[in-house]
Amino acid sequence: MTSLARATVIPFGPQHAAFLEPLNVRLVLEEEKVVGAELNQGYNHRGMEYALSLDYKKSQYLCERVCGICSYHHSSCYCQGLEALYGVEVPMRARLIRTIMMECQRLTSHLLALGHIAEAVGYENLFMQCFRERELIMTLVNRLSGNRVHYSMNVIGGVKRDIGPEQVKDVEVTMKEVRPRLEELQRVFRRDSTLGKRTHGVGRFPRPAAEGWGTVGPVSRASGIPRDIRQDGFAAYSEVRFTPIVREEADVYARMMVRMDECLQSVDIIEECLPLLPDGPAAVQVKGHPTGEAFSRVEAPRGELMYYIRAKGALELDRIKLRTPALMNVPALLAMLPGCQLADVPGIVVSVDPCICCTDR
Amino acid sequence: MSLVQGARRRSPWILHFDTGSCNGCDLEVWALLTPRYDVERFGAVNKANPKHADILLITGPVTKKCEDRLRNLYEQTSGPKLVVACGDCASTGAPFHNCYNVCGGVDKVIPVDVYVPGCAARPEALIDGLVLALSLWEKRMEEEG
Repeated sequence: MTSLARATVIPFGPQHAAFLEPLNVRLVLEEEKVVGAELNQGYNHRGMEYALSLDYKKSQYLCERVCGICSYHHSSCYCQGLEALYGVEVPMRARLIRTIMMECQRLTSHLLALGHIAEAVGYENLFMQCFRERELIMTLVNRLSGNRVHYSMNVIGGVKRDIGPEQVKDVEVTMKEVRPRLEELQRVFRRDSTLGKRTHGVGRFPRPAAEGWGTVGPVSRASGIPRDIRQDGFAAYSEVRFTPIVREEADVYARMMVRMDECLQSVDIIEECLPLLPDGPAAVQVKGHPTGEAFSRVEAPRGELMYYIRAKGALELDRIKLRTPALMNVPALLAMLPGCQLADVPGIVVSVDPCICCTDR
Repeated sequence: MSLVQGARRRSPWILHFDTGSCNGCDLEVWALLTPRYDVERFGAVNKANPKHADILLITGPVTKKCEDRLRNLYEQTSGPKLVVACGDCASTGAPFHNCYNVCGGVDKVIPVDVYVPGCAARPEALIDGLVLALSLWEKRMEEEG
């Protein structure tokens, strides 16, 4: 049966209740069905790569300002790259502290994404619950680093803020408190029937498509691709037991559950790291200006984050290039959206966890 | 005080717009709306519609692509309205000073009433800014009659 309705075009964003950030999706609809989608990006382009290349010393703080949700991953990745240029070995203590802080940030980021999905499908109560548990981690990182969003803990060669014995105790206690709350959230996300109806089978993104679009992180792991940079053992991930969480359903539900299970995995990793903390310095000194080029990769909450740095032995960098995970995941919406109902669009868009400040830089 | 004014005083609705922020301040604005900080006790609810909003919370340095949208949103908001620039970027444009795609602070594009410092602006500071904005807003309502 052919549709009698003409195709209508609906702009979605850049300012929209479902989005935290400006992203514009142009939807072509036939009645309630989406038949085409077009992305319009660049609202958040600030010229980050230009700004980062001006002064490599200041950039260890500025690179956190690329994205506030995964700020510590950005600065860790940048510092890793420059440490490779200097050829210094980072002390084990610093690598473990980086791992702990990165996992704390993954918790805050995933809880934000989960709350966001809950809100997008109209489950306001669960959104509030996710944010309530998230505040526990936010106040914990505030006690550890002195900041809630940009931790400013990394320097080239290690970390500049050590974690004392009483702070280790603090992390332990908070993790004990967080775990049952996360398990409760997991039970709701897994079993709630209304949430299930809005997410099961919605926004299908099968494995061949995921490979073709080059998605990374939870989006690709929800499509059955067991790819996670943490397996490479950067920072101190080589010291902990780790297997990526993979699901096969490839829908909004799978992407949601991968994030939920990763939250509990993060708690496991943090608890495993704490007793491993050795005594000793938390940073090594580096001298002179760097030369040469380096690639650096970390697993940010949204997937693989890559920095390419080329230095020329001066305060300015010759070139710095960022490949952020959201840049790969956001265009995959063009494959997920056609064929879905208009009411499912916010849920699908939010399920890839679009981080526009990362995408546009 | 008229009936409309009395009703308005209890429901200062918020419009949050990101003009190129790193998300740090946006997260804190969202933290305001959620249980721990909960600005709904002042009657403030996040509304995505500029026609319903009274207070604009703007985060981030204004990028050139967002400039027109921001002006549009401001013009669509009905008065009396107030603009709160959340964080250092929205207040002055730092640390993106001299970046080729950034206009600078929000006050380069639309008039700003309250500046909240911080990178990222802490929720306590944002509440402080919001309460200050509310008192200014009430004063402005009385002036307009």
